[in-house]
Amino acid sequence: MPSHTFVLNGRPVTVDAPDDMPLLWVLRDKLGVTGPKYGCGVGVCRACTSHLDGAEFQPCTVAVKDCAGRRVTTIEGLADGEVLHPVQEAWLECDVAQCGFCQPGQIMTAVALLRRTPAPTDADIDQIQNICRCGTYPRIREAIKRAAAAGPAGR
Amino acid sequence: MKGQAISTSTPDRASVGRRRFLTYLLAAPTLTVATRLAAPPATAAAATAPDPAPAPAPAPAVGALPGLPGVPDVVDLGDALILAGLPTAHLLVLEVTAAGRVVLHLPRAEVGQGLTTAVAMLVAEELDARLEDVDVPLSDARPDLLFNQLTGGSNSVRSLYDPVRAVAAAARARLVTAAARRWDLPAGSLRTEDTAVLAPDGRRAGFGSLAVAAAAVTVPAVPATPKPPGQQRLVGTPTGRIDARDIVTGRARYAGDLAVPGAVPTVVARPPTINGGVQSFDASAARGMPGVLAVVPLPGGGGVAVLAETFDQALKARDALQVSWRPGPLADLSDAGIRSRLRAANLPFLVPPLLTLHVDAEFDFAFVSHAPMEVLTAVADVRPDRAELWFSSQSPIVAQQAVAAELGLPQDAVTVHVVRGGGSFGRRLFFDAALEAAQVSRAAGRPVKLMWTRNDDMRHGRMRPAGHHRIRATHALGQVLTYEHRVATVRTDFRHGLGEALTAAGFAVQAGGLSLSQGFFLLTEKNPYQLGVTTQLLAEVPLDMPTGSWRSVYSGTVRVADEIMMDEIARTLGQDPVAFRRARLGSASARAVLDTVAAEGRWGRPMPAGHAQGVGFHEEHRSCAAYLVEIDATDPAQPRVTRAVIAADVGRAVNPRGLEAQLTGALIDGISVILQAGNHIDRGAVREGSFADFRYARQQHSPPVVEVHLMPPSGPPGGAGELGVPAASAAVANAYARATGRSPRSFPITF
Ligand code: FES
Ligand code: FES
Repeated sequence: MPSHTFVLNGRPVTVDAPDDMPLLWVLRDKLGVTGPKYGCGVGVCRACTSHLDGAEFQPCTVAVKDCAGRRVTTIEGLADGEVLHPVQEAWLECDVAQCGFCQPGQIMTAVALLRRTPAPTDADIDQIQNICRCGTYPRIREAIKRAAAAGPAGR
Repeated sequence: MKGQAISTSTPDRASVGRRRFLTYLLAAPTLTVATRLAAPPATAAAATAPDPAPAPAPAPAVGALPGLPGVPDVVDLGDALILAGLPTAHLLVLEVTAAGRVVLHLPRAEVGQGLTTAVAMLVAEELDARLEDVDVPLSDARPDLLFNQLTGGSNSVRSLYDPVRAVAAAARARLVTAAARRWDLPAGSLRTEDTAVLAPDGRRAGFGSLAVAAAAVTVPAVPATPKPPGQQRLVGTPTGRIDARDIVTGRARYAGDLAVPGAVPTVVARPPTINGGVQSFDASAARGMPGVLAVVPLPGGGGVAVLAETFDQALKARDALQVSWRPGPLADLSDAGIRSRLRAANLPFLVPPLLTLHVDAEFDFAFVSHAPMEVLTAVADVRPDRAELWFSSQSPIVAQQAVAAELGLPQDAVTVHVVRGGGSFGRRLFFDAALEAAQVSRAAGRPVKLMWTRNDDMRHGRMRPAGHHRIRATHALGQVLTYEHRVATVRTDFRHGLGEALTAAGFAVQAGGLSLSQGFFLLTEKNPYQLGVTTQLLAEVPLDMPTGSWRSVYSGTVRVADEIMMDEIARTLGQDPVAFRRARLGSASARAVLDTVAAEGRWGRPMPAGHAQGVGFHEEHRSCAAYLVEIDATDPAQPRVTRAVIAADVGRAVNPRGLEAQLTGALIDGISVILQAGNHIDRGAVREGSFADFRYARQQHSPPVVEVHLMPPSGPPGGAGELGVPAASAAVANAYARATGRSPRSFPITF
């Protein structure tokens, strides 16, 4: 079986997996990294959203071989040890989560959005496609604005 | 806590208003106290005193279910479920560990509704513990609890508010007593703060250091009475979820995230049609694929399971199976056919249309998938003589019974661990995936982690049944004389223990020709307005398809149709929709929430063309809520709710922040089911396959401005988890009608 090496949450990992295995299942079933959630497997729900070389992507639709040599960051790798990322802090301050299942993906999407657009408008936030079946959208919007207002520190 | 007897004790009689709770000291190394989950009604309280007088078995509460509208005035579903626990309810247990943790074992599900946080707040309040020192693990299925481990009916806080406070107050009294003995001080001179007992001289003893000594305190030296509401400092204060940090760091574990040794990824090939089945299959190609461990047909013939080293390999092998499928029982039926069956089944009106002024309307509601974000997932480890399962369940005892029956094991040989769930909305009242996981684990002889794909969930998962409504209101001289509402729905499946619970409470729900659904309908559906002679009747069309209660159950359609009618009658009579409602609401709290949204939402403010406001109101679970929304329907095919103002009176909000989340989530549900999200049936199959075509709202459909106003506490907590859905849905529908000048009759509108 082919082996693939990439940087996962700051550490190099090597894993044996078929070339075409979506990264989501490599993370979850082979590496035990369960922060990225399965919600559809086809790039629609965005529950699995993580970062590839710092940009938002859906690991359910990207093969492991296409991650070789690149930097993969999941929700587990966002905080600096016990020090949370400002977006995670904003999520706590706004008490965004309900069931929480979509939230790793929501947070990773928000972090990527703020990297691209440090002061997002409502229209920018409306572009977010992540589903939250619990309907936490208004607090997600509030938390993104709060993180944006707190400035670029740590992002 | 297994096998521990109740020690001889003097029960603490906690008089907590509505109900009295006797608490018990359990024999355990550290302080462990318990109470019955449901207290008897005040008159029967004495009869259940445990020791020293042996308790005569209390007579079951008997309540006839009169076949009249307005039953929820007397007793509603939540009360019925509370009564159901009385004769048999066992104990709710709280322990204080030597490490200073306060642990309340919660026999309920946590699926995002915030119950563990609310319960932790109640515990922290009574004990004066820090919230972060309180743990609220979910209990395994406990058959001794009989009907008291059902999460549903917006009943959890209502049923737990008194017993949790009673048991925590009992623990506090013993901790204080233990400290008084240690310091040889009068117990009355001590106080509690930050998970510790404090002496007047400044000495301090953490609860952990007192836990062993307190376990020997049979008769506390201070009253074990919960605080009066006026002294609560945490309850009623907006508080963040206790699991928020786990969630934002990805540490929160759902069933699919559990590392149960040896449990292998498993998926099931399912038929293209609802309740279709396997005619024959050839797994030779699939078996040879990389990572595949086993291929196992489901015993019921409903599908073929594939076990592999990863879900990717299981899914690929599933796609390589050659299966010839038997069409399901509805293969000849599509939406149009279902709709005409519903119309034909609907019962006639009593009042003829000819002689009176009247407003008639008909409404159709589509099927709606529950679509919880976490697809159904269950881990099962079945051995010859026992089974162990892990999944999120609102009805773990019924699930345990069903799994035991399926495996031919005694019930106590089956352990059901209740795991946190990624949303539910009623879906996890059923345990379809757990039953399959048990079957497959037995057949394959190894533990499995069985997951439904999103496609499985859409095509075979349960749905809110489609319904047809006919309503007629007659009027004269500006007054409504009669109001008739006839509902026909595809039958709702309630076989998850609700019927047993209601029957145990003495509700003869299936007597007198009523079905269980009709009994539920009578217990829950109430029109809050004075509209003259009012009748509402349910007719059901049984179809062989998976249905189930969807957040707010019948109210999600029945009360929405009522609220749309209120706007239409008001228009016919030339009256303002808010004033028309207000004049016909019986209770002051109902009028207050309506007034609040009208004032805060500036009802009647000028809006540009294509924009409008709409209101909706709903009262249930001893609570009420009003929603005012503003919509931009300049393009009627792409409406956007732009603002929402919500007001609610739930008696007493344990956690106002959690309540706001529930009310806001209900708003997003209302936007979704009224405007855009539903399921089509095409020749016996569900058309939608994922969130690409089941168009649950996304950020771009959610209003940028949402305000929530909570009424001051006025009594014990009512239910709130489902409360908002009917009012929100109705407000969206009414705003759309006013913005477009159309009268929407079929929901979702853009479908
Ligand atoms: S699971 Fe990756 S987008 Fe849905
Ligand atoms: S918090 Fe439950 S799906 Fe978003």
